[in-house]
Amino acid sequence: MSESSAAPGSGASAEVIGAGETSGTGDPSTGGRQPARRHEARPGVLRDILSGSWLVSLLSIAVGLLAGAVLIAASNESVQETLGYFFARPADFFVTAWHVVTEAYIALFRGAIFDWQATSFVRAVRPFTESLVAATPLILAGLGIALGFRSGLFNIGGQGQVILGAILAGFLGYWLTLPAGLHLVVAVLGGIAGGALWGGIAGALKARTGANEVIVTIMLNSIAGYLIAYLLKQQWFTQSGSANPQSRDVDATASLFPLLPDPFRLNAGFLIAVAATVLVWWLLERSTLGFEFRAVGENPHAARTAGISVGRVTFLVMALAGALAGLAGASQVLGTEDKLTIGIAGSLGFDAITVALLGRSRPLGTFLAGLLFGAFKAGGYTMQAQTGTPIDIILVVQSVIVLLIAAPPLVRGLFRLPAPAGKEAR
Amino acid sequence: MTTAAATPQLTADLRAPIDWKLPVVYAVLGVLTLFGFGLFGGAAGRHTVFSFSTGRDFFSVPDLTVSSWPTAVGAGIVLVMMAAAAAWLATRREKPGVWFPVVYGLLFLFAFLTWAGADTGRIPVTPLLAGALALSVPLIFGAMCGLVGERSGIINIAIEGQLLAGAFLAAVVASALRNPYAGLVAAPIAGALVAVLLTFFAIRYWVDQIIIGVVLNVLVVGLTNFLFSTVLTANPETWNARQSLPTVPIPLLADIPVIGPVFFNQTILVYLMYAAVAVIHVLLFHSRWGLRTRAIGEHPKAADTVGIRVNRSRVVNTLIAGGIAGLGGAFFTIGSGLAFGKEMSAGQGYIALAAMILGKWSPMGAVAAALLFGFARNLGNTLSTMGTPVPSDLLLMLPYIVTIFAVAGFVGRVRPPAAAGKPYGAQ
Amino acid sequence: MKLELSGITKRFGSFTANDSIDLVVTPGEIHALLGENGAGKSTLMNVLYGLYAPEEGEILIDGRAVRFSGPGDAVAAGIGMVHQHFMLVPVFTVAESVALGYEPTRGAGMMDLAEARRKVEEISARFGFSIDPDAVIEDLPVGAQQRVEIIKALSRDAEVLILDEPTAVLTPQETDELIGIMRQLKERGTSIVFITHKLREVKAIADEITVIRRGRVVGQAAPESTESELAGLMVGREVHLTTDKEAPEPGDATFSVENLTVVGGGESVLLDDVSFSVRRGEVLAIAGVDGNGQSELAEAILGLVAPRTGRIVLDGRDLGERSVKERLRAGIGFVPEDRSTDGVIAGFAIRENMILDLYDAEPYAKGLSMRPAVVRTEGEKKVEEFDIRLSSIDHPISTLSGGNQQKVVLARELGRPLRLLVASQPTRGVDVGSIEFVHRRIIAERDAGTPCVIVSTELDEVYNLADRIAVMYKGRLVGIVPPDTPRDVLGLMMAGVPEDEALARVESGEDATEISAAEEA
Repeated sequence: MSESSAAPGSGASAEVIGAGETSGTGDPSTGGRQPARRHEARPGVLRDILSGSWLVSLLSIAVGLLAGAVLIAASNESVQETLGYFFARPADFFVTAWHVVTEAYIALFRGAIFDWQATSFVRAVRPFTESLVAATPLILAGLGIALGFRSGLFNIGGQGQVILGAILAGFLGYWLTLPAGLHLVVAVLGGIAGGALWGGIAGALKARTGANEVIVTIMLNSIAGYLIAYLLKQQWFTQSGSANPQSRDVDATASLFPLLPDPFRLNAGFLIAVAATVLVWWLLERSTLGFEFRAVGENPHAARTAGISVGRVTFLVMALAGALAGLAGASQVLGTEDKLTIGIAGSLGFDAITVALLGRSRPLGTFLAGLLFGAFKAGGYTMQAQTGTPIDIILVVQSVIVLLIAAPPLVRGLFRLPAPAGKEAR
Repeated sequence: MTTAAATPQLTADLRAPIDWKLPVVYAVLGVLTLFGFGLFGGAAGRHTVFSFSTGRDFFSVPDLTVSSWPTAVGAGIVLVMMAAAAAWLATRREKPGVWFPVVYGLLFLFAFLTWAGADTGRIPVTPLLAGALALSVPLIFGAMCGLVGERSGIINIAIEGQLLAGAFLAAVVASALRNPYAGLVAAPIAGALVAVLLTFFAIRYWVDQIIIGVVLNVLVVGLTNFLFSTVLTANPETWNARQSLPTVPIPLLADIPVIGPVFFNQTILVYLMYAAVAVIHVLLFHSRWGLRTRAIGEHPKAADTVGIRVNRSRVVNTLIAGGIAGLGGAFFTIGSGLAFGKEMSAGQGYIALAAMILGKWSPMGAVAAALLFGFARNLGNTLSTMGTPVPSDLLLMLPYIVTIFAVAGFVGRVRPPAAAGKPYGAQ
Repeated sequence: MKLELSGITKRFGSFTANDSIDLVVTPGEIHALLGENGAGKSTLMNVLYGLYAPEEGEILIDGRAVRFSGPGDAVAAGIGMVHQHFMLVPVFTVAESVALGYEPTRGAGMMDLAEARRKVEEISARFGFSIDPDAVIEDLPVGAQQRVEIIKALSRDAEVLILDEPTAVLTPQETDELIGIMRQLKERGTSIVFITHKLREVKAIADEITVIRRGRVVGQAAPESTESELAGLMVGREVHLTTDKEAPEPGDATFSVENLTVVGGGESVLLDDVSFSVRRGEVLAIAGVDGNGQSELAEAILGLVAPRTGRIVLDGRDLGERSVKERLRAGIGFVPEDRSTDGVIAGFAIRENMILDLYDAEPYAKGLSMRPAVVRTEGEKKVEEFDIRLSSIDHPISTLSGGNQQKVVLARELGRPLRLLVASQPTRGVDVGSIEFVHRRIIAERDAGTPCVIVSTELDEVYNLADRIAVMYKGRLVGIVPPDTPRDVLGLMMAGVPEDEALARVESGEDATEISAAEEA
C-alpha cells in the first residue's frame, strides 16, 4: 500500500470525522498564507532512512521513555534531597537521578523481556511470555480500532466492546456445559458476538441516522460499564455465592488452553491474536471488502459514487471492530482472568487506541505496538514491585509516545531530521 | 432576481414521509407508565409523600401526599393520551411545541417517583434537587468548556482530563497553602495547561483533535495517578490534606423554600458557575467576541478574509475554556471537601460532552442537559439508598441512552459548528 | 486610488502560480483579468488581498509600496474582495455578516446590532438592493448573497473592488444586473478588478483587459479586440472551439426519465417533474446555471439521490429500486461533476482509482479476493489508450494534473461496454489540450451507439457536443431545443422563460441581453 492512505493522526485524515465538507481548510492553494516548508534535500538513501516513519516511531519511543525518566527522578525523594544542595554538589544529583532511573527501567526490562537475575531458566524467560499475555488483548482490540481508523471511523468504543465481549464469553463459559473444545468455540464466538453487537449499534446508528460514532461509542462505553456492574450484582448471572461483584470461574472446558506448562500463563489467546493480525491484513490489503473499507475511509463521496454502500461499510466496519475488541474481552476472561470482574476490561479500550495509533493503523504495526505496550505493562508490574515506581508511569510514557507519533513534524523538528521526499506537509 | 418563477407547490402524495420516531418514544414511555408504574406496579393501597421541607426554611411548604396507585395510573393515562396527540400531529407533519416534551417529561418523572416512592413512602424533593445541582456542577463547567471550544472550531475530548487536572491541582495547592481559595485559583491553571497541549498539537501540528483529546486524557490519568502514588501518598499531610470551600448562603435568597437551599446555599464555586453560564450566554450571542467565535467555528476562512486571526482566537478561546473546565474539576476536591483520589473525575468529562451535544451547542441547553444528567444520577443514588425496586445501575445508564437517542436524531436536528475539528491554514 | 502590482511572484512548492506579474489599475476603471481556470488569477488576487505572501514583487498604492500581512491590512488600504466562493457564514444574518470583523460596539465589546442593520440598509438603499438585514444567509439565493458580499466590501469603504468569477453562479439576466451595479460603482469612482474566463462578459464591461496564462501576463487588450483574439491570447494558440463530428445517427430511445421529482431537505423541490428520453447514438446536453437541478438529475440517474416520484428507465427496465452498484453493472458510465470529491480518491494509487467501481468484478477480483496483478496490467493498458501522463501507476492520483486525473476517470468509465453515459461538467478544471481529447472521446462513445447525457454550465461545451439541448431552471426542464438555437434564447430559457416566449422576445429584440449585444457589436 502506498504511504498516503495514512492513519488518522498523520494530518492527512484530519477531516475524517466531518461529513466531508472542507470549507476553507486544508488545500494550500486556497487556504494558507505561508508556502509549505521545504528542507534542503540530503542525498538519496540516507534521507530515506532519516525521514522514514519507523525512525520517527523509534525516536518517539525514546522521548517517551525520557519523559518517564524525568518524572521518575523528579518524584523520587532521594533525588529531591540532592536538589536541596544541588549547587554545592551537583554531581550527587546526577548520580542519584541516574541511579534511580536506571534501576526502574532495568526492573521494567527484567519484568518484560528477560530476567537474568532469576533463580531458574523458567523464571528468567517467564517475563517475555508475560509480555505476550499482556499484549494479546491489546493487539486484538488495537486491530479493531485500526480497522475503524482505516475506514474513517473513530471507534472510541473499544472499552464497551471489550466489556460486552467479556460478558458474553464469560457467561457462556461458566453457564453452559459442553464438551471441551466445543465449549471454548461457543464461548469465543459469544465474545465476538458481544463486541460486534456493541460496535454494530454504533455502526448502524451512524449508517441510518448519521449519529456521530465518537459520541455514540463514548456513551456505549459508559452503558457497558453500568451493565456489567448491574449483572455482577445478579445471582442468576454470576452463579456464585460470593458477595463480591464477580462471577463463578469459567469452566475448564471453555478456557483458552495454555501453550506452555505451569508457571507460564501464555495461552491460545496469543495464537488468536496472531491469526487476527493476518486476517485483518488480508482483509484490508487483499480483499474487495477491504477495498471498500479503505475507499470509504479516504473519500466516502467517491466511494458512494463508485457504487459502494457507505452505510453497509460503516456498519460492517464497526461490527468487525467490535468483534475484534470482543475477542480481546474473551481472551481476558477465558485466558487470563478466568472470571468476570468489574475491572475485567481495565483500560483496554483506551490503551487499544494508543496501540493502533503507534501502529499507524497497519495490521503488522498494530501487532508490534501491541507487543511493546504489552511489554510495558508486564514490566511495569515488576518495576512497581521491585522499585516502588508506580505502574501509572507507563500511561505517561505511552501517551507521550502516541502524541509524538501523531505529530511527525514535531519529532523531525526536535531531531532536525529532513522531511520525507515527495510528501510535503500538505 | 428577475424572472423568478414561484416555487412549485407540492401535491399531497409528494409530502415528506411521516416522522414516527418521537410519537413512538412517547407511546412506549406512556404505556410503561400506565402498566409498569400504574396498573401492575404493585402500588395499590399505598401512599407516596413528597416532602419539601428542610431545616432553615423561612416558611415551610407542606408535604404532598398522594395515593400511589391512582396517581400513577392517572398520569399514565394522560401520557398515553399525549402520545396519541403527538402521533396525530405527526400524521399532519406537525410537531408539538417545546412545552410538550417538558410537560411530558415532568409528568413521567412524577409518575415514576410516585411508584418508586410507594414502598418507602417518602420522596425527599429538596435534597434530591440540591444533590442534582451539586452533581451537575462539574458537568456544567465541562459543558461550557466544550461549548466554547467547539464554537471556535476545536473539538475538546480532553474535558475529562481537564476536570481531573483541575481536581488534582486544586487539592494540592489548597492543601499546601492550607487555603481552599488558593485551590480555586490553581484549578483553572491546570485545565488551561491541558488546553495548551491540545492547541499545540491541534493547531500547530494538525493532529486530529479527537485523538489528542483521548490521549491527553490518558496522559492526565497517568500523571495524576503517578504523582498521587508517589508524592501525595508519601506526604499526605502536606500535599493532600482535605480543604473545603465553605458554603456561603446568600441572604434572603437562601431562605426561599425549596429553591433557596437548592440554589443559594452553595459554595462560591457554584456561584462562579452561574456567572460563567450567564456570561458565556450573553457574550456568545451579543458581543464582538461571540460573533467572531461563532464565525471561526462555522467558516474560518470567511473570518480570515475580514482580518480575524483564526488560529490565535482558537488558541485563546480553548485556553479560556480549559480554565473553565479546570474550575469544574475543583468541585471534586475542594468543592466537595474531599482529598484527591485516583481518577476521581470518573468519566464526568465525557458526560459533559454529551450534555453539550444534547444542549445543541447552546449554553442554556447544555445547562438543562447537565441538570438532567445530574438529576438522573442523584435519583439513582437516592433511590438505591432508599431501597426502592429500581436498580440504580440501570437508572445511571439513562443519561447515556438519552444522549444516543439525541444524536440519532430523535430530538430534532442537531447541527454542530460546521468547522469543528477541522484545522485551518497552512501547516 | 491607483493600484499597481509590480513583479509579483508566488510559488507553491515547485509550482509557480504567479510569475513576475505586473498590473496597473487606475481609479474608476473596470479592469478585466482574463485567463483560463488555473491560470493564476485567483492566486494573484489572494496576494493582493493579503491572503498569500508573495515571494517577490510589491504592491503599490498611489505610488507608495505597501505590505499586507493579512486581509485586514488590505481592507484598511481600501481593497475589497468578493470571492468566487462567498465568504459568508451560512448561519449568520446579513447584518452580522456585514459587521463581522468591523463590529460596531456599544462599549465593553457588546455588539451594536442596530448600527449594523442601519449600515446594511443605508448601502442597500444607495444601490437599490432590497436586502433584509435580518435575513439568514443560507436562506438567500446566490444573487442576493453576492450583493451581501458587495455591501460588505462597500461598508469598509473599498476603493478597489475585486470580483472573482462573479458570474459563475448567475443567469445571464442576473449577470446583466451585476454589470449594472459595476457601472454604478464605477461612476462613483470605485475601481473594479473583474476576474473571469468568459470572453463575452469582458467585452461587455471592461475598460482594460489583462490576459494571464500559466501564471504570466501574456498581453494587454482593448475591449474592442475580437473574441478569437482574446481566446488566442488566453490559451496560447489557435483554438478549435468545435470538435469535428459526424451528424448523429440516432437509434431507438433506450433511456428515459419520466416525471422525476426530487425533494431535498426542508421540502425544497430540487427536481420538478422532469421527463425526457435519449436515443442511442445521441448526445443530450443539459444546459443551465449551476444549481438548477442538473446535479440532482445526474445523481438521481445513478441512484445517489432517491426521487420522491417518477421513473428512470434504461433498456426497458425500471431502475427504480436498484442500487448504485446495480446501475453501474447495468452499463451506466458516470463522470461526476466534482472530480476531486466524487470522481477519484486522492490517496489511492492511480491503478486503484482505475477500478474504483469495478474492484469486485471480473477480472479484478475473484470472490472476496482481489487480483493485484490483473489490476496492474489492465491499468497499464488504459494508461496507454487514454494517453495519461504519469511516472508510476502506483503513485497516488493526487500527483496528477487535473486533466490527467479526468482521463483516469474517463478511462475507468468509458473503458467498459456502456448502455448509457452520464457526464457532468466533463471538462471542468481540465487544460485546453485535454478538453479536446475529452470531447473527442465523448463523441466517439456517441458514435458507438451509446446514449449520452452531458451536463454542462459552459454554453460553448453545450454547443460543441449537443445533438439536442435541454435547459433546466429551478429544477424544471424549461424545454428541449435543437443545437442551433441562438444563445439569447438559451439565456432566457436558463432564466426560466419558456421556449416560445423566449424566441418571441428575442425576435422582437426587447430582451436581447447586453452580453449578446456586445457580441454583435
